[in-house]
Amino acid sequence: METVTLTIKNQPGLFLEADSITPDAFAGKKAEEIVDLPVYVGREQFRLGDYFEVSGNAGATPAETKIVVNGDLSRVKYIGMKMTAGEIVANSNADMYVGAWMQGGKITVNGNVDAFAGTGMKGGEIAIKGNAGNYLGAAYRGDWRGMAGGKITVTGNAGSDLGTFMNGGEIVVDGDVDVHVATHAEGGRIIIKGNAKRRLGGQMVEGEIYVFGSIDVMMPGFAYREDVDVDVDGIKGRFALYEGDLGERHRKRKGQTIYAKLYQRIEA
Amino acid sequence: MTKTVTDVICPFCGTLCDDLEVVVSDDGKQLLEVYNACAIGAEKFLHSQAKDRITRPRMRQEDGTWKEITYDEAVEYTANMLADAKKPLMYGWSSTNCEAQAVGAEIGEAVGAVMDNTATVCHGTSLIAVQDIGIPSCTLGEVKNRADRVLFWGCNPAHAHPRHMSRYSIFPRGFFTGKGHTGRKVIVVDPRPTDTASLADIHLQIEQGHDYELFDALRVAFKGEKLPDVVAGIPKEKIYEVAETLKSGRFAIIFFGMGVTQSIGKNHNIDAAIAVTRDLNEYTKAAIMPMRGHYNVTGSGQVWGWQFGFPFAVDLSRGFARYNPGETTSNDLLRRDEVDAVFVLGSDPGAHFPFNSVKKIYDLPSVVIDPHETPTSEVCKVHVPVAFVGVEIGGCAYRMDNVPIETRKVVDAPEGMMTDEEFLTRVLARVKELKGV
Repeated sequence: METVTLTIKNQPGLFLEADSITPDAFAGKKAEEIVDLPVYVGREQFRLGDYFEVSGNAGATPAETKIVVNGDLSRVKYIGMKMTAGEIVANSNADMYVGAWMQGGKITVNGNVDAFAGTGMKGGEIAIKGNAGNYLGAAYRGDWRGMAGGKITVTGNAGSDLGTFMNGGEIVVDGDVDVHVATHAEGGRIIIKGNAKRRLGGQMVEGEIYVFGSIDVMMPGFAYREDVDVDVDGIKGRFALYEGDLGERHRKRKGQTIYAKLYQRIEA
Repeated sequence: MTKTVTDVICPFCGTLCDDLEVVVSDDGKQLLEVYNACAIGAEKFLHSQAKDRITRPRMRQEDGTWKEITYDEAVEYTANMLADAKKPLMYGWSSTNCEAQAVGAEIGEAVGAVMDNTATVCHGTSLIAVQDIGIPSCTLGEVKNRADRVLFWGCNPAHAHPRHMSRYSIFPRGFFTGKGHTGRKVIVVDPRPTDTASLADIHLQIEQGHDYELFDALRVAFKGEKLPDVVAGIPKEKIYEVAETLKSGRFAIIFFGMGVTQSIGKNHNIDAAIAVTRDLNEYTKAAIMPMRGHYNVTGSGQVWGWQFGFPFAVDLSRGFARYNPGETTSNDLLRRDEVDAVFVLGSDPGAHFPFNSVKKIYDLPSVVIDPHETPTSEVCKVHVPVAFVGVEIGGCAYRMDNVPIETRKVVDAPEGMMTDEEFLTRVLARVKELKGV
């Protein structure tokens, strides 16, 4: 695997739209070709080299390309957008849309990410070593097909609207989450190791939510069923199982209505 | 001698009343009296006659004072500001006609602006929900003639849309509603005992910020499933009763306002409200309608929906339309320093935006087009006064139920004043020259 190292040298006056920072765009290119890839500030187009020092050449294919991005990326959007393979390591906070519409490969962010990371994600892996903003792993506006596959892990906390319209894949948050989790979800699995606030599983059709900590207010559409033993993400424990959202539509299998499941760990 | 102009359209709120009578002087230059309008609407007409009205553009000087400039100079400043910016914000658009909105959209396209209207701090969240799950709606005429279950959720028309209740929702006698208000059951959901709530048969004094839970509870109640004892501070017996009341009607209408669109959950609250309406249609006929504020905010969504495919928060900077509230909405752009110039027309962000956003407008090159002196004109570099749409110039406006109504001119604007459309057309021509297109 070949490694390309980018180091930001100029901060944009506004925000930098860098959807070309992907192994797919870099693959088969030398450093002197990579600097010519387009980036945007507002309506103006610039070269990647106007904002980044580029060293190292990319591999022949995306899968053989690793990109390391250094420096303050808190004003850089779209890192790893639509990538299909390869690897990106961002050693900083990053702005919106990290790994949006990602299909494969791996992104590691050694910092926080702003909103819309993993929007409409289909595959691959995003590891966020800090906190995540709102709309992590959610659907793009108006799309009823949210995150369909892949895995997102967050070491810190996540914001609101986590996994909206999710129908596959997995999101693991080590810390706490804000309101609205898995709204409209039709599948997938969300594991919250910290505390949750309110509105978990609102209008949820199918899928699973696990909460290890507290829930401030349970949705009225979730009904307690029973206590169960669960092995989740390598942790075994006893959980209270709730099913819902009773107000939402649900399909039936063999005469049984299939509900979304919400597991909350029972204090030992 | 005076003359009376009848069937005048009121350019104040989204109810767009069309039965006003205005008395003007014989020469059509003075507006003397307004009949049938609510206090706010009448004031809007009469304010055009203010003796201290600003009639020429002004530019802010170094020492903070204003200097009068010509319309030509104002056009030049505005066109240059927009053409020089990498990503200008063009905000407002709700208190003008569709014709001006269309010209504004053309400018936005030419300069790569972000176009946003007042829905961004109002019913934009409703538009997000509509895009997510659709909306079963109707016209206000249908409400007047058919509705026998009227639910006001998080809105207070007694003060915000003063004639809404008498013209459409509670009191009028319609074709199938001959008994007027006695034939209608009115439900109000509001944490406060408002004047609208005082007219209600049932007032659910909900715990503030728990609307989403109560909507969900209603859906559970419709299906006859079990509820927790108390949801959002309302006992379950009351929720079952309201669910039954709604189901038993012949036509239920839900009106909603800022209380749900801008409290926690925002678009999710409306999403759930629409789901309640959809569920109700399994038992009876039901519709839902946002109580739009500015008289033509609906029109601006219509114009942009037709031109760009999105009703607000349209980012044209890359040459194609992108839309993502949370990123491309005015307050997010201002708060995050994503824009480098601000153009405001037909709105007052100085009064309605958070202080941090207003401060950003103050720091940036900025122009405001507004007939009035407003908190926004206080923080902008250039203020361009224009003729009042619906008073001094006509044009198309959309009522809150998406019915287009042609507003009417009733009186002349002061000598030499431009209209929104005239000013924007001049700016567009100059922008095209500067851009060489």
